[in-house]
Amino acid sequence: MTAPAVREHTKETNWVGKSIRRIEDPKFLRGKGGYIADRPLPGMLHVAMVKSPYAHARIVSIDTSDAEALPGVRAVITGARAAELCDPLPDFGPDPASHTWRVLAVDKVRYVGEGVVAVVAESRYIAEDGASLVSVDYEDLPTINDPEEASKEGSPLVHDPLGTNVAYERKFQFGDVDAAFAEADVVVEDRLHWRRSGSQPLEPVGATASFDSGTGQMTIWENSLTFTSYLFMLAGTLKVPSNKLDVIPVPAGGSFGSKLWAVKPAAIAGMCSRVVGVPVQYMEDRHDALTNNDHQGSDRIYYVELAAKNDGTLLGLRLRTIEDYGAYIQFGVGHHGNALAQVTGPYRIRAVEYELQAVLTNKNQQGAYRGFGSEVNNWMLERMVDLLARELSMDRRDIRRMNFIGPDQFPYFIPTGNVYDSGDYEPVLDTALELGRWDHWQAEKVKARDDGRYIGVGLVSCQERSVFSATEFWFWFDEPGAPVTSMPESVTLDIDALGNITATLYSCAFWGNSPETMTAQLVAEEFDVDPSSVNVVYAGSGQGLPATGPGGSRFTVMIAGAIEGASAKIKEKAFAIAAHLLEADAGDLEWVDNGIQVKGSPDARKTLGEVAIMAHLFKHSLPEEIESGLEASKVFDHPYTTMPSDDRSDLGVFYPFMGHACHVCVVEVDPDTGSVEFLDYAAVHDCGTMVNPRSLEGHMIGGTAQGIGTTLHEEFVYDDDGNFQSGTFFNYLIPTSMDVPEIKCGHHETASPYTPYGIKGGGEGGRMMAPGAIFSAIDDALEPFGIRMRVLPATPERIAAAIEEAGG
Amino acid sequence: MNTVAIALNVNGTSHHAEVDPRVSLVDFLRDELGLTGTHIGCEQGVCGSCTVLIDGTSVLSCLMLAVQAQGAEISTVESLSNGEAMHPLQEAFWEKQGLQCGFCTPGILMRAKEILDANPNPTADEIREGIAGNLCRCTGYQFIVESVLDAAERQTANA
Repeated sequence: MTAPAVREHTKETNWVGKSIRRIEDPKFLRGKGGYIADRPLPGMLHVAMVKSPYAHARIVSIDTSDAEALPGVRAVITGARAAELCDPLPDFGPDPASHTWRVLAVDKVRYVGEGVVAVVAESRYIAEDGASLVSVDYEDLPTINDPEEASKEGSPLVHDPLGTNVAYERKFQFGDVDAAFAEADVVVEDRLHWRRSGSQPLEPVGATASFDSGTGQMTIWENSLTFTSYLFMLAGTLKVPSNKLDVIPVPAGGSFGSKLWAVKPAAIAGMCSRVVGVPVQYMEDRHDALTNNDHQGSDRIYYVELAAKNDGTLLGLRLRTIEDYGAYIQFGVGHHGNALAQVTGPYRIRAVEYELQAVLTNKNQQGAYRGFGSEVNNWMLERMVDLLARELSMDRRDIRRMNFIGPDQFPYFIPTGNVYDSGDYEPVLDTALELGRWDHWQAEKVKARDDGRYIGVGLVSCQERSVFSATEFWFWFDEPGAPVTSMPESVTLDIDALGNITATLYSCAFWGNSPETMTAQLVAEEFDVDPSSVNVVYAGSGQGLPATGPGGSRFTVMIAGAIEGASAKIKEKAFAIAAHLLEADAGDLEWVDNGIQVKGSPDARKTLGEVAIMAHLFKHSLPEEIESGLEASKVFDHPYTTMPSDDRSDLGVFYPFMGHACHVCVVEVDPDTGSVEFLDYAAVHDCGTMVNPRSLEGHMIGGTAQGIGTTLHEEFVYDDDGNFQSGTFFNYLIPTSMDVPEIKCGHHETASPYTPYGIKGGGEGGRMMAPGAIFSAIDDALEPFGIRMRVLPATPERIAAAIEEAGG
Repeated sequence: MNTVAIALNVNGTSHHAEVDPRVSLVDFLRDELGLTGTHIGCEQGVCGSCTVLIDGTSVLSCLMLAVQAQGAEISTVESLSNGEAMHPLQEAFWEKQGLQCGFCTPGILMRAKEILDANPNPTADEIREGIAGNLCRCTGYQFIVESVLDAAERQTANA
């Protein structure tokens, strides 16, 4: 496949671009959201998890007798029993047979919080009582905690069958790296460390399963439904036929990635239901979510060199990165695919060396978190551009501006082979500098220093990739086990006899994004109806069409393509019916304002409702070949994917719709305490054409707030022995209203030439930009001390220590 | 199991119940009374998702036992709307998109009601400080502050 046809986007829109109130909201505002914990089934039992207190230990014996004897306990399932009941969990890692991931730990535990025994009881209270009565004997093993140590020969092993803790390593060369560095006047280098945090939505993951032994049907309600084409893998885990598993999505109280492919809770609930013969709910509590949810964020060390000319022209990037994946590696190194999609940022950098080492340690594993690893790359690259600016005594604005890809250079292929579909970066920078009052704060900074105060102004220009394709799952390998190429999203549109429209979605119900509002606005645009009249429902996977879900800022672009396709099918049929009724040729008809009419004769017209009632109820008034009803489905495949080269010097197009943003933020650092206070914050994003600007702005602000948490407060801390130090919201600090400043938002709209209406994904941007902007501001504030922060999060302790070390 | 008899009023309705003394108020409201609008976010007394009003004052219902609510008048999010008519706070949150996933929203609405009951015209800073005990992971709080300001205007206009 080559590039898709270029779209012109000349049509005026009525609903795309309007900040309508969200379709989803009234039920949530009334407390009628229907989240998973709000939906008990008759006779439903509850699960509590016995979790490992050790980072690394052999399970010597388990005594469940006291728990089993407790009235109200209905089943106690150990890891060994679970391994008989279930096959391993679906794992997209490099070598699943050698780092096997199971529903419960068997033989040994690999991190604090790993599930060891599941206790099923009549209430969660009794289940917790039962869990406290389970006695497990452990034999402590040496903890493997530091990824650089873990990768060395002779280190204790997290997974013995793997024979090493390095799950994946490879060095990629994109472009002529040696030539770029040979041409350089200056090379700046650094070691940067981004430590792990995680999304922690206020509602953890939960699943309710009901196994029907009469039919063999396994039904699971979960606050997640993604990658439906791959759910046969979960069926395999549960040992049910793939066509007997139905996963039904219910609204989620936030995800930010953590509910992407959340198979373990579903498998636990399913396994338990099959054992006890009645419905079972497994609802993670906060401690489960913090220790054991398999969705911790990136934990990455960079050794990086950036080559440039003396005038600031960027030439090449050479980096070695070590990623601490924790005890398992469910998504392989997909986080680095996200990074490679935009590794060179908005800049014309022609060569990149990318050496990656993925290491296993005794921590909970990584999953997805808003940015999926690309946010770390953004932070690293902007850190290096700032360092180069300092080295060359250049203005941070100028060095970015002079290296921007120009608006006439799109579509632009970066050295990895991915394409940036479109962009116009300078206006975004200009707007951000103005909104963020760059000049004003530069003056204030100088004045403040006379008063002994440390104000800093930060700046980043970063990319926001959207809409991944399937090749990213396997281009890591010369001989991939499953070089799949499908990654679609689907919709069914059904127009009833009165012309009212129902849209059926096939992935994740709702994560806090706005799937119903997006769908309603896009359907309204197609059929000229009010979005509030569009009914949006969700199908379970059992009756479903293939769907990928909202990960990687995919949903709006992909559902727009699906709705466009389904609408076209419906309109084709509607035109045939109208042509018959109007005794006209279909080619002489046009769609005008919710109806079909003869071109130039607006009186010769049938509304959609008039066509619909004929289609549903008057078969014998229509041509023989027209079937009754007025509905259509569309499976919309990824619109722009190309294959990687055999030698992987070119990864092909895999993340093509490229948003862009510039954040300018102003902080004051207290040199005594190391605390950071925001004085100003501006965020300007270009996510292509906006469907609902207000909801996009909500994502920008909310994502920026998460980015602030990532940058300053949040860290999953494991001590040297692997003990988890962040088991409550008292010590895992997500931002409060007092930690987040007012964010001034600005928008540019560079339409994608390849998507309906020119939409690009925009759900992750805030968190992908804020860390670099805040670090840039902190460094600027602390410039008198000559400090450069290199470890994220920049907690008050780390900042104060850096100042003290610098003699401040 | 030893149970304790309690009598309390929730959203204007009197309830008499026999409860396990260790059952938290939030579990009682959700599991016994079916009022699932009050959510459980952390059970650690930090996130504020379970905020309800007791005799007009906000409390974290995960940190309180049902037996401690003996004789109390409790208001939950379900009390806000009047049939199909939304409360001005709900209208304002809808208009300003003061929610994304909606999970923290019931707790924030109840805390916002307490803020506006005490001060019908708060400043943005007062609202920001007032909701500091309620975590929201989606919005970054800005549209929540705008929503409460808008609700204050609506209530003042209606008064």
